[in-house]
Amino acid sequence: MPSLIAKAPLTATPLQIGGAKLSAIDPGPITSVAPFRGKEAAVAVALERLGLSFPAPGQYVESNGLRLVWTGRDQAFLIGAAPEGLEGLAALTDQSDGWAALLLEGPAAEAVLARLYPLDLRASVFPPGHASRSALNHMLSILLRTGADSFQIMVFRSMAQTAWHELHAAMTGLAARP
Amino acid sequence: MRIDGKGLIDRGSPVRFRFDGVEYDGFRGDTLASALLANGVKLVGRSFKYHRPRGVLTAGSEEPNALVEVIERGQQTPNVRATVQEVYDGLQARSQNRWPSLKYDLLAVNDLAAPFLSAGFYYKTFMWPRSFWEKLYEPMIRRAAGLGRLSGRHDQAVYEKAFAFCDLLVIGAGPTGLQAALTAARAGADVILADEDARMGGRLLSELEAIDGSPALEWVAAVLAELAALPNVRLMPRTTVTGAYDGGTYGALERVGLHLPEAADRPRECFWRIVAGQAVLAAGALERPIAFEDNDRPGILLASAVRSYVNRYGVAPGSRVAVFGNNDDARRTARDLMAAGIRVAALIDSRAGVSTDEDFPVYAGAVVSGTRGRLALDEITVQHANGTVQIAADCLAISGGWNPTLHLTCHMNGRPIWNDDLASFVPSRGAVPGLTAAGAANGAFGTAACLAEGQAAALAALQALGRVAKPAPLPVAEDFGYGLQPLWAVPGSGKAHGRAWLDFANDVTVKDVKLAAVENYASVEHMKRYTTQGMAPDQGKNSNIGALAVLADATGRGIPETGTTTYRPPFVPVPIAAMGAGGRGKGFAPQRLMTSHSASVALGAPMIEAGLWYRPSYFPRPGEATWREACDREVRMVRQVVGVCDVSTLGKIDIQGADAARFLDLVYTNTFSSLPVGRVRYGLMLREDGHVLDDGTTARLGDSHFLMTTTTAAAGLVMRHLDFIQQAFCADWDLRTISVTESWAQFAIAGPKARDLLAAVMDGPVVLPFMGCMDVQEQGVAARLFRISFSGEEGYEIAVPARYGEALFRDLLARAEVMGGGPYGMEALNVLRIEKGFITHAEIHGRTTAFDIGMEKMVAAKDCIGKAAARRPGLVGPAREQLVGLKPLADAPLTAGAHLYAPGAAASRDNDQGYVTSVCYSPTLESWLALAFLKDGRARLGESIRLVDPLRQIDVICTVCDPVFHDKEGKKLRA
Repeated sequence: MPSLIAKAPLTATPLQIGGAKLSAIDPGPITSVAPFRGKEAAVAVALERLGLSFPAPGQYVESNGLRLVWTGRDQAFLIGAAPEGLEGLAALTDQSDGWAALLLEGPAAEAVLARLYPLDLRASVFPPGHASRSALNHMLSILLRTGADSFQIMVFRSMAQTAWHELHAAMTGLAARP
Repeated sequence: MRIDGKGLIDRGSPVRFRFDGVEYDGFRGDTLASALLANGVKLVGRSFKYHRPRGVLTAGSEEPNALVEVIERGQQTPNVRATVQEVYDGLQARSQNRWPSLKYDLLAVNDLAAPFLSAGFYYKTFMWPRSFWEKLYEPMIRRAAGLGRLSGRHDQAVYEKAFAFCDLLVIGAGPTGLQAALTAARAGADVILADEDARMGGRLLSELEAIDGSPALEWVAAVLAELAALPNVRLMPRTTVTGAYDGGTYGALERVGLHLPEAADRPRECFWRIVAGQAVLAAGALERPIAFEDNDRPGILLASAVRSYVNRYGVAPGSRVAVFGNNDDARRTARDLMAAGIRVAALIDSRAGVSTDEDFPVYAGAVVSGTRGRLALDEITVQHANGTVQIAADCLAISGGWNPTLHLTCHMNGRPIWNDDLASFVPSRGAVPGLTAAGAANGAFGTAACLAEGQAAALAALQALGRVAKPAPLPVAEDFGYGLQPLWAVPGSGKAHGRAWLDFANDVTVKDVKLAAVENYASVEHMKRYTTQGMAPDQGKNSNIGALAVLADATGRGIPETGTTTYRPPFVPVPIAAMGAGGRGKGFAPQRLMTSHSASVALGAPMIEAGLWYRPSYFPRPGEATWREACDREVRMVRQVVGVCDVSTLGKIDIQGADAARFLDLVYTNTFSSLPVGRVRYGLMLREDGHVLDDGTTARLGDSHFLMTTTTAAAGLVMRHLDFIQQAFCADWDLRTISVTESWAQFAIAGPKARDLLAAVMDGPVVLPFMGCMDVQEQGVAARLFRISFSGEEGYEIAVPARYGEALFRDLLARAEVMGGGPYGMEALNVLRIEKGFITHAEIHGRTTAFDIGMEKMVAAKDCIGKAAARRPGLVGPAREQLVGLKPLADAPLTAGAHLYAPGAAASRDNDQGYVTSVCYSPTLESWLALAFLKDGRARLGESIRLVDPLRQIDVICTVCDPVFHDKEGKKLRA
């Protein structure tokens, strides 16, 4: 029996332009976690076992390679592993195939994003641990600051090529400045 | 002519550029204007209306005269201000608004006709006969009007737009701005310092002044060095703040690459949106001219511009320079000229009693009343107490005083305040929240006052930002006297044939403004529109105050009573290309590609846009000449064998929670709480106003777990609708929704052999009843299978995680080919659904109800969103246009958008019986078919109706029939 070949949302070699590097990454399984009514406390206990807590709006929490990212009202994305111990406590929906994840890093990363996001990304306002469900130009996205000079960007799988193209254009224009 | 040893230009970096085809030398640091003046080129353009010879007037972005076209390889940019454009090696510029050449311009004949071309000429002349306007007058005027030319090609250059955030935005980097930025930066605030010049320093670059006992330039350099070294400061030269908007947001235009030769990836300009906690407006002031007869000849410049060219650019704008002014800056200019070794022909000071003790002739209490010189100034007439005298001069510097650059403070409806001492408007406080004007922009013209106001404004801003900072000792600077005695127009100007120019850019004279007042266009807003004063690219920066002073005089009112026109963004022209950077062509919107995209493209399928998605239109085969042939074949293939179609674009919403079923009962007209697990039901959704919002199927995956499908077009809309209903009406229900559209690749398999194809890909027979769903293993992958049909054939939809989408699509196609089937596209999909009378958003277009589409029986006894509103009078009954099918009596094409009339009735609005929403040629029925809305249609089956499409000249008699043309009993899809 032939088995189906899995394809990543984007197959592109990493781009290094000026002070920024863009690469497509595989963040692992993604599951949306939306606690059922009245189950918030039980969800908190289950998350604690994973070393996590439900993130505040605009933030994410991280533990042992797992990230729980605030993505909306009563909703967070668990990224990195399948959810354990949350069955029946929260609506769990597999989102692994719906998103393309990109990593933008380097000293120019923030300046590249300033061309696409209407967000205040100054480290004093948007430090590591912060996440935003905001528009990458015209595309709905999730933006995480993962380090002083690194960001993870998640866009709909179908828009991965446009996102890559627009980030590429922003990087090229920035690097071509006198 | 260059002055040896003077100026801030880089004499080590010579450049060559061309103007009107002639090659000239300049230096890095020159503007096109300074380089042309250095080469003795005074004539740079022709005026807008009269085609008068014009030269450089200013040294800044307010320039009204020296507008040129810049020619690059792929670009032609009109109305570039020569005073802003920096020269670079290979720069090519061209004068505009002249033909055949700048020196011999045939349209200068307009100047001779000037007595007839006064204000309101067009309004008075081209009124009659009325029919001539559109055909003759307007095209004629349009041809003659306008400055410069566009290339006519798309602007394919690179532009940028970007966002920036800071605590304090300082607008302008003169003494005020530098001091403000330094104060805030030292206190640790995030500072953006934006200045429209290539070099920061403001007027200090152009004046011979000392700060702390040394040349002011040294202080400028030291401050800039300190700022540049601070991590919390961003210096933005060549950046003009163009507008002030709500919430501390400012628009700004940065000239990124316009000062350099074209380079492939380099942005030309960047449009910034800067959000600042506080802002200091330190934009300085603009010098104003004085109106007198023939004050527009090349060689007549503002005094401040003359000092800029001499001191900053090391250029003598003339060899015998006269200076005319009503304030102390005139004398200062004459002294600077003397210091640079340039001959001063005379200082004409309109103030009586000023000192005449200078090394050049001084005429106190005198005015310049006229000038001579065809293409450049060669003589001025000076009127003094004892008569008139002609003085030879090839350059005249004028100073009529200064107007604070307060434009940004008016962008949110603030009005400036008249200051009698300064004879100018000054900003009103708090006109833009968080923005404080300081220094010359606030009417403080001396350098010492600027430094003090800059520091004070920064301290106030820091306090508002919650930061503590103390005043620091200020550097010692001088304050030159101003001593202005207002003189707007030299008495006697604007009489008879003489013309004294107010608005150089739009050729408006003192006489025009007086005429406007006489003809009762006495309000400043009316005068502006009647004379066009202030409506040129410079937006009246040079002429507004002068014109309204003349208007005030003519109407006998004071200037404050006359008021000003409104300053609106942008402060300087902003290319749309910069504001819409990246949005050209496909940059307009993101592209959403299905997992099968590359496979479809490889098969030659033309991709069509469905919202943001790209979907295959049809899959051409060799020998097929038209899309219709491919479409007909694909329809027959589905009806007779099997077809495969990617339907991943349909919206998919995962709904979970104890109240999920209850929620679906609320949003759908029909009942979902009774749906068994493992079954799918078609549902209809209404808007709150009772009209149909969307339709689709919802599967029950578990007791409290549903999967809703929406149409492609309404996926986002339905998601929003569900979110709204949940938050507004049932926030306390146990309910969670999330889109999974992107997570699944879903393929429709339809046709008599659908079951066989499915069995082939699934390695075994599948037993699933019509409208059933189940979890399956598809080649080792967890998949979902639904038995639903949008074609009327036996149909399945199989969904796999998107990563397997392409593999499954290719596998399905390969196996279908073997069976005589294959892929089908949007065209065939549309034909198949029309044959079955299935609706799309062509039918549920927002104005139709469940009753209209024949689905009123789907509105269940329970309550639902839109149910009450759908019962309103007028939304049900025979007067409604109802969904019907149409077939032409004789074979003839039908068109969507056509209207319906009773046979024999005139095709006019009052006879309108309805309209056509969808049409196709049905290869199954070998006839054209249409879906249409017809008044009382369901009661009229079998009648004849006239279909008229006046746009495409179609007039066909059709039979009204049931909208389901094919397999009305649904035997095939239940097989």
